[in-house]
Amino acid sequence: MSTTATQTKARTQNPVTRILGRILKEQPIWLFVPALVLFFSLAPATSEYFFDLKNFGNILLQAVPIGVIALGMTFVMINGEIDLSVGATVALAASLAVGLQGALGIFPAVAVGLAVGTALGVLNGTIVYRTGVDSFIVTLGAMLGIRGLVFIYTQEQSFYAFDFAYSDFGLSTIGPIPVVGLIFLAITAVLAWVLRSTRHGRDTYAVGGNREAALNAGVRIGRHVIINFALIGFLAALSGVLLSTQLGASTPNMGMLFELWVITAVVLGGTKLDGGRGSILGTLGGVLAIQILRNGLNLMQVPAFWVLVILGSIMIGVLFIDRQAEIRKQAAR
Amino acid sequence: MTQTVATPPPTWQERGLKLLRDQGILIAFLLLVIALAFASDRFLTANNLLGVIRQVSILGTLALGVTFVVIGGNLDLSVGSMLSLTTVLVVDLHDKIGPGPAILITILVALVIGAINGGLVGYLRLNSVIVTLGMLSVLQGATLIYTGGKNVDIQNQDATWFAFFGRGQLFTIGDVNINVPVVLFLGLAVVLGIVLHKTGFGRKVFAVGGNPVAANYSGLRSSRIVLYTYMMSGFTVAIGAIILGSRVMGSQNNVGEGWELRVLAAVILGGTSLLGGSGSIFKTVIGVLIWGVIQNGLLLLGAPYYAQWIVTWIIMIVIVWLDLASRRGRLWAAT
Repeated sequence: MSTTATQTKARTQNPVTRILGRILKEQPIWLFVPALVLFFSLAPATSEYFFDLKNFGNILLQAVPIGVIALGMTFVMINGEIDLSVGATVALAASLAVGLQGALGIFPAVAVGLAVGTALGVLNGTIVYRTGVDSFIVTLGAMLGIRGLVFIYTQEQSFYAFDFAYSDFGLSTIGPIPVVGLIFLAITAVLAWVLRSTRHGRDTYAVGGNREAALNAGVRIGRHVIINFALIGFLAALSGVLLSTQLGASTPNMGMLFELWVITAVVLGGTKLDGGRGSILGTLGGVLAIQILRNGLNLMQVPAFWVLVILGSIMIGVLFIDRQAEIRKQAAR
Repeated sequence: MTQTVATPPPTWQERGLKLLRDQGILIAFLLLVIALAFASDRFLTANNLLGVIRQVSILGTLALGVTFVVIGGNLDLSVGSMLSLTTVLVVDLHDKIGPGPAILITILVALVIGAINGGLVGYLRLNSVIVTLGMLSVLQGATLIYTGGKNVDIQNQDATWFAFFGRGQLFTIGDVNINVPVVLFLGLAVVLGIVLHKTGFGRKVFAVGGNPVAANYSGLRSSRIVLYTYMMSGFTVAIGAIILGSRVMGSQNNVGEGWELRVLAAVILGGTSLLGGSGSIFKTVIGVLIWGVIQNGLLLLGAPYYAQWIVTWIIMIVIVWLDLASRRGRLWAAT
């Protein structure tokens, strides 16, 4: 009822304000991203270097490790859960993919890394669903345990990929666009479709929005929870593999604090921590916003340290604005 | 209360179940200690046990403050990078303005950061996970800006009384040394235990965390109480930083990296619920000791160093699971 009312009201305004208003309401991050691009394209300190296809390629490439995981985190968070173990899975998958390729060959080693990541995701999801322990606790434990596995497997050593085909792949491009970036965009498109248009996607919203109601409607909660954790496990492992192709190496400390950056990106994209709301498009916006900001500030020669301060402040600021909007909405009712 | 008149006195079985439910983690801890005592004859010696407590004293100190925040119904994910910042601060200021003022400023800075967290969560009602996650990033940046990315250290390490906090020994009984970090941690635990469990403020923390709406209706200023819990967390971080800085006599920019979650793991190991409104300082101390005993026991048994993290993974989930299972009377969650 209320949506039709706003639609009729919106139709009386001119189309530009209407579209802007709708974006502001549904995907505010997608006003922020072009604003950032515009700012860095015009700012005297960065205008020369920023608006450049090669630079855009770089931004995309740097966005991949966090971005790939953020896609999975969107599913998990809409489902009403959280996964803190992704950073450790990144390191485990990368170490396996690089460490085993001498003995197994590149493809089998990568397959082992991805399979182990997916299996750990299934394990997390099964524990969360079957025991009823909060996913925050289950994956916090997994974060420690999986990192422990990494240190034991690698004996605290970095591994190097001796076959250059591996690192060549990580740096390869089609035209100005890095292949790794294309893989990320392709996965984004597929997962956006899955979340919007498949039964699994819709049920994920249903379970996160109102678990009780979903259960009564006959949604098989366990299956969706486990699939979503398997998905993020796979994507975290993929992120580790892609990162190690870019570096040509793996280190046991890889992926440290990734979980926190991923959650930052997803939250900036408008997905709520309590579940039931969010979108892949928003997450893509959040990931790009963080990376454009990093890149632009870097070109402005702002020390990298300040980027951390600015990012953290923006996150709290977004939350504040979001909260004010919600209070106003409640007052209007 | 009136129904209790009608119920028959509990049978021994019911009493046993209740004991298991209330003190299950303590029992698990004691079983762990007994098992390790049989497995290694070096485990149950006074020096080893004190070594365990010394090992976990900094983690434990941070966990005490975080317990207040968690019981108040929130999380504090910024303690790790706050530890980095305050350790760097106390070490760097030591040579510039002397140990006394350095300690004072460090505590003050930590209290202010805690107040900012608490203001945002308590007064503006923002989600504590995201606020403190943002603060984590801000403080990590601030630490790097302050040091310019370099490590800091104290030049003349033998000439300063600052060494007392991390390296000092209070007294010796026989061949047993009582170290200052151990006394600081346990002393602070007793003081904060009294604050949380024996004062009006402590009761309000439980009320606000257990049912914020009811607390508000009964006239509690929940905003202010949340603010104080975060300042408490800031304060214990500062004490942890002083112990750490004094022990190492220097600091890297990222000493606290990942600590926020390790501290939380210790709090959970003790059985304090993340939902707020329940828990205790005693539970947190037990949780911290479980962490320390696992670490120490596995090393004595010759397991690789990082095996402790894998064992912690398993024990943490099992402890919370069994706690849940005893509450709902079923092992597995409803489908």
